[in-house]
Amino acid sequence: MTTLSINHLRKTFPGVVANDDVNLHIAAGETHAILGENGAGKSTLIKMISGLYRPDSGEMLLNDKVVTFSSPREAIRAGIGVVHQHFMLIPALSVAENVVLGSEPGGFHFPKRLASQKVRELSLRAGLPLDPTTRVADLSVGMQQRVEIVKALYRQARILILDEPTAVLTPQETEDLFVVLRKLKEEGIPIVFISHKLDEVRAIADTVTVMRAGKTLHTQPIASASANELATMMVGREVSLNARTSASHPGDVTLKIRDLSVLDDRKLQAIKGVSFELRAGEILGVAGVDGNGQTELVEAIVGMRSAVSGSIHFAGQDITRDSVSTRIALGISYVPQDRQHDGLVLPFTLTENLMLRDLLPPYAKRGWLTPRSAESQSRELLARFDVRPPVPDATAQSLSGGNQQKVILAREVSRAPRLLIAVQPTRGLDVGAIESIHHELEKLRDQGSAILLVSLELDEILALSDRICVLHAGSIVVTLPGEGASRDTIGLAMTGTDPNAKEVLR
Amino acid sequence: MKNKLQQMTVPLYAVLTGLILGAIIMLISGYNPLSAYGSLVVGAFGSASAIGNTLTSAVPLILVGLGIAVAFRAGLFNIGAEGQYWMGAIVAVWIGYHFPTLTPILHITLALLGAMLAGALWGGVIPGLTKSLVGAHEVITTMMLSYIAIFFVHYLLEQGPMMAPGFVPQSRPIAATAALPNLFPATGIFSNATLSSGFLIALAAAAVTHIVLFRTTFGYRLRTVGHNPAAAKYAGMSVTRFTILSLGLSGLLAGLAGGVQMLGVDQQLNDSVSSGFGYTGIVVSLLARNNPYAVILAGIFFAALSVGSQTMQINSGVSANMTDVITGIIVFFVAADRLYQYGFSRIRSRVRAKSLERTEQG
Repeated sequence: MTTLSINHLRKTFPGVVANDDVNLHIAAGETHAILGENGAGKSTLIKMISGLYRPDSGEMLLNDKVVTFSSPREAIRAGIGVVHQHFMLIPALSVAENVVLGSEPGGFHFPKRLASQKVRELSLRAGLPLDPTTRVADLSVGMQQRVEIVKALYRQARILILDEPTAVLTPQETEDLFVVLRKLKEEGIPIVFISHKLDEVRAIADTVTVMRAGKTLHTQPIASASANELATMMVGREVSLNARTSASHPGDVTLKIRDLSVLDDRKLQAIKGVSFELRAGEILGVAGVDGNGQTELVEAIVGMRSAVSGSIHFAGQDITRDSVSTRIALGISYVPQDRQHDGLVLPFTLTENLMLRDLLPPYAKRGWLTPRSAESQSRELLARFDVRPPVPDATAQSLSGGNQQKVILAREVSRAPRLLIAVQPTRGLDVGAIESIHHELEKLRDQGSAILLVSLELDEILALSDRICVLHAGSIVVTLPGEGASRDTIGLAMTGTDPNAKEVLR
Repeated sequence: MKNKLQQMTVPLYAVLTGLILGAIIMLISGYNPLSAYGSLVVGAFGSASAIGNTLTSAVPLILVGLGIAVAFRAGLFNIGAEGQYWMGAIVAVWIGYHFPTLTPILHITLALLGAMLAGALWGGVIPGLTKSLVGAHEVITTMMLSYIAIFFVHYLLEQGPMMAPGFVPQSRPIAATAALPNLFPATGIFSNATLSSGFLIALAAAAVTHIVLFRTTFGYRLRTVGHNPAAAKYAGMSVTRFTILSLGLSGLLAGLAGGVQMLGVDQQLNDSVSSGFGYTGIVVSLLARNNPYAVILAGIFFAALSVGSQTMQINSGVSANMTDVITGIIVFFVAADRLYQYGFSRIRSRVRAKSLERTEQG
């Protein structure tokens, strides 16, 4: 039976204390959740446990013996198995090859069949059936995660650490993962489960430790902790979960879409004759299962994808053929789904990122950058949007995910846009950051902006939208008022059934 | 600030490693590295004429290096600067011997403008268009165009339209009005020394490049496209347009290098067309980490290596090719910068472990 104890662990980076006085005790056979906001120091802690970082001070005890790891290899050898948030798999290799990589059976010759057989046996024994011959690139995200777990077990992990394992999973895959984790627990493998999602922690963990600002605050059995209590501890103040917003006061039509059709990258019709209107001072939520045309719809509105037919009118003006920059100048802001892929230039400074779609005063004037006024503007925005650290010269890649998102929001909201398109604006963020971003969106709406909110999170749509339309297979199935919309109705519409039409049939 | 210092450490360590490994090789082959390096430094900087030679040889390296750095900043690899250099050289020489009645300033300006235009067309417009229209990769097209340019020079000079009367495959010399003046006065210690005024052009080009890259919205966009094309698209920038423009700017600087070298040093085209500047320029921009001001230093450094190597061979017997070995080692270590990071973190953690042990024992 394995136990892991961590006493007074501390890790600093130049200018930042990432972990300070971290204490943790993982008992044999328990599932222990570590709950904390983005940037609370969870990942730093994991990297120390897995040998990627060396602690400045403090000690780690594995089965009551002091251990120090100077490389991940040593940690693996000691029995620490880590499933990272971003998988460490080689897509071009097969499942079996990925699992055995680094500790292959055989000598110089690589016995492919033996490896496959070993991996198949192991995966069945662990209750994680896998086909060892499939290429990892062909697997779904959930299955790839399964490969990571089997990989850890193959290296005889005696303790399993999962860093935000559900961030990339669908609800169904999350359920499957929980089944697996419960089975592993029965076999006596202690599991450390890192998350910022309260409900998941409550569903899977026995014990929960809350981290905030690099410190472990509190450890208690999950049964005796209420959701609100944990949220408050995590954020350090009272948070309102799912607070319904004040009533909206819609004004003139800002965005008018008529019979819009758009092709996807494979030249298939992804949006099929969609029409809707969006008024100033209104939040229109677009619900739907991922891949039902959301990306194509949004890209058509911002100008990154051309429409094959139909029209887009913005404030009475036909913008169907206008370029991205013309639309930016007209006052269309866009918070893209993937902040690191296209929302930010990671090696750039925060100031440079704030001017990305905005090369105008105070950032630039007649083709020249104006560094001094840009910096003061940047300082102001970083403070206003509570970006941490509020250092204009810091690079975007040095920020945590939540703070990166705040930088994008600061850029897109600061110009008081007439239309803001926000796609998954709170994906992967913690409660505190979600709350502040929702608050910003509402404030913007109350100032008279029109907001198109595209999200896969039904709770987010329900919490914010004045009206909700449901997208399925490139068409709008139904449009409902946000007030009083039920999850069931929307859920039904997401499968392509119009709830109103059903009543007519009866 | 700290960031900038860190950026400088790897190149400095690479140079140091190159020199140390070079010294070890010299020791093994029975030479005294101290006297070899000593004579190398004397050869490069020991007299007014040595300094003049070094700085003059640095000019094309700096200009080509700047061009390659611009392309790298835009996420593009201009491997064909050699060809752009020669296109610039052809045009500069042609203008150089054709209009002897112009005033010098006008003549030089015209020749250099022509050289820049030729380089920009050769390096930018053609590869840029082929990349954006049919997706041909710029590494391939710039390299192929480089060969075309080199053989075009052969054609022009070997019984071709630019061959001077006689049997030697070379062009007519440029007119006196097109020659770049010597910066050194013809008196005292400078009497035998020359420094091409091209050096001032190189310094100015570095400053202009720096301003364009870091002080204008054009440079900002160019760097955005280089770091993250998806973000550039999201911000409404045309990736195609910036591919053409940045390759064009890159070729323009390489063409300018050819023009300056012809007007300042060679004064005519001749058939020995392998300057090597296009390739050394890559090394220069790598060592300078694509920073325009650092390109000046890197250019002077490599020029000093090559100018000083002759003196080194004469005085200490070490083959002048030794400097090529050193250059190779430096490139290797600049490219393998992660090796240093890895090495340092290893050493640091070992030192820490040792001191920990000591405190535990004590």
